[in-house]
Amino acid sequence: MPNATYILLIPLLPLAGFLLLGLFGRKYFKNTSGLIATCLLLISAALALYTAYGYFFEYGKVDGIYKQLIPLQIHWLEFSPGVSINMGIVLDPISVMMLVVVTFVSLMVHIYSLGYMKGDERFPTYYAFLGLFTFSMLGLVVSSNIFQIYIFWELVGVSSFLLIGYYYDKPSAVAACKKAFIVTRFADVGFLIGILILSFYTGTLDFNTLIQKLTNAGSPELQHAMAASFLGVSALTWGLVLVFIGGAGKSAMFPLHIWLPDAMEGPTPVSALIHAATMVVAGVFLVARLFPVFAISAPQALNLVGYVGAFSAFIAAIIACTQTDIKRVLAFSTMSQIGFMMFALGVSGTGGENGLGYTASMFHLFTHAMFKALLFLGAGAVIHFIHSNDMKDMGGLRKYLPITHISFLIACLAIAGVPPFAGFFSKEEILLAAYQHNMAIYYVALVTSGLTAFYMFRLYFSIFWNKEANIHEPHHGEGGFAMMLPLVLLAVGAAGAGFIPFGNFVSSDGAALESEFHLQFSIAPVALGLIGIFTAMWLYKKQNDKPDRIAAALSGLYKAAYHKFYIDELYIFVTKKIIFNLIGRPAAWFDKNVVDGMVNLTGNTTTAISERIKGLQSGKVQQYAMYFMAGVIGIAVLFIYIWK
Amino acid sequence: MIMPGLYHILFISAALFFIGVYGFFTRRNLITMLMSIELILNSVNLNFIAFNKYVWPNKLDGLFFTLFVIAIAAAEAATAIAIIINLYRSHQSIDVENAQDLKY
Repeated sequence: MPNATYILLIPLLPLAGFLLLGLFGRKYFKNTSGLIATCLLLISAALALYTAYGYFFEYGKVDGIYKQLIPLQIHWLEFSPGVSINMGIVLDPISVMMLVVVTFVSLMVHIYSLGYMKGDERFPTYYAFLGLFTFSMLGLVVSSNIFQIYIFWELVGVSSFLLIGYYYDKPSAVAACKKAFIVTRFADVGFLIGILILSFYTGTLDFNTLIQKLTNAGSPELQHAMAASFLGVSALTWGLVLVFIGGAGKSAMFPLHIWLPDAMEGPTPVSALIHAATMVVAGVFLVARLFPVFAISAPQALNLVGYVGAFSAFIAAIIACTQTDIKRVLAFSTMSQIGFMMFALGVSGTGGENGLGYTASMFHLFTHAMFKALLFLGAGAVIHFIHSNDMKDMGGLRKYLPITHISFLIACLAIAGVPPFAGFFSKEEILLAAYQHNMAIYYVALVTSGLTAFYMFRLYFSIFWNKEANIHEPHHGEGGFAMMLPLVLLAVGAAGAGFIPFGNFVSSDGAALESEFHLQFSIAPVALGLIGIFTAMWLYKKQNDKPDRIAAALSGLYKAAYHKFYIDELYIFVTKKIIFNLIGRPAAWFDKNVVDGMVNLTGNTTTAISERIKGLQSGKVQQYAMYFMAGVIGIAVLFIYIWK
Repeated sequence: MIMPGLYHILFISAALFFIGVYGFFTRRNLITMLMSIELILNSVNLNFIAFNKYVWPNKLDGLFFTLFVIAIAAAEAATAIAIIINLYRSHQSIDVENAQDLKY
């Protein structure tokens, strides 16, 4: 059993950084705040690695199975015996893996921002927010209690809000942060109701007890939750579906994905950290955390996860092919890859070979964090160099940005699933899991992975090849050492992370899963990926009019995809035209006329009466004396003639 | 010649009281108003003395009460004059018409 103190330090160090820089940063650490935050996170990351090493190689494995360890549990709020909100730290394969991913990517982003955000007016504030986010995300992944996860869930939401709206003088950034917050909050309502349903039937908020009660076929809680039904679906399924809605909001699954592309208004390193590698996979993590319940007791809910994931992956890939803002392409690509992770969970079962999807999903989460963070940081370097997000302004940059070019290429190859880069291994496992369990999803995934290769290389060729660069005089180079180091480190990760025997560490039942490697199975996805790459090369390597001609030929589809299938417009239509007119306006009318009317009536009556009688208080002493006298005479008359 | 009885004195007392009240209501000068109040108090004193003498001649309660009223009236006059002086300092006038700051 590990000593809890140093594990506790992993999330607390970023929190300390947040408090220090948030309170005193602007006054005392104007220039050093970046270094302070980075050093704190470096310690945090080292501790996370140490913990991971200890867990995976020393004390985590008992009889060949990775056990769940709870080194720290604090009794916090008790509602009734058995139902309490505890704060704890859970170590199991997925939380330890997430600890490493979050601290590593966050560290990379901290280092990168030293260069990228240099000279920014609110430099300390930026690092304070990064610290807050890192703390919340780390707290989220080690949560032992479903309510604890909810608290940290909201905290990552608010830090994401703060960071998207970091450039608060830009109206589009303000709109984007509000949108992100509102959409995810809306989804979180589902999550909260889900928590309430699950805890109502099981009488506990603790993950372990919850999972134990809901997966044991004989337990009365499970039978109770299965028996109660609403609209023909059992309460348990409803609870899990609602929890999944919360996860879908955070993870930008269709139809709650609309906030993610707009969230790209934040600083690019923030997009790399929050909207690519860590926060957006929180939904996947949540489903994985409750996975035994999904898989054993509510296969319908799990199927929903699978189909939503596959559909989101597909639709996002199509939209990504048409966008011209490089960060938006990456945002849709993120959504698509998270769709992969989701449906990998959706097609998975528990135990042994059936749990392949679970392992594959977590593996993809891991590799995706590497290469997507790399893509975003690379895009950041490009944006930093060219001061534009639009790929039409780019082209031929490979000579100016050699390191960025190579690392970006590695990341593109990784996401496209070209062997031997990281994405190949994880995507292969996902496809294999889908192939074994659900052919429909498998075909969608196959097409999507071809599309992925296409749009990523469209991006790559448009930025680094295509037309000649029209840079008259490069005013600065690629960015300093601080910006290049994370690119190189992440490129190493994106290239090599696939060789980690992931199944040995993370599996649905804790036992090692030997992932078989089928050469003939890999032919189809790799071939499709290569077709995608070569199509992109043919279309975008040299400047030509082929892409425009194709776009013109597919005008309807192209336009629909370019406008993101009008989902934003649909939301606006539903909210503005239907909800506002049918619910908002009448409610506002009622409030304005009836509720306010009553209040105003009371006020107005009082005013009218006092308006009439305020003349009595004239300030004239003699008048008062006159009233007094009149009163005395009146009382005298009363006593003398009436009450004799 | 008629010996003055209780009723005569009560009549004088009532007259004095209403003269005082009238003065209090109509005069604008604070000093005059204070004097009117003294008239009212004295009419009350007269009442006490008259009742004491004609109704309970063997007791002295009314007499003592009158002495108390005179003592308190002296204190009251001192306080009132202090107030009037302060009013004069702040308003440069002792006219009640000018002292209407406590209006709504």
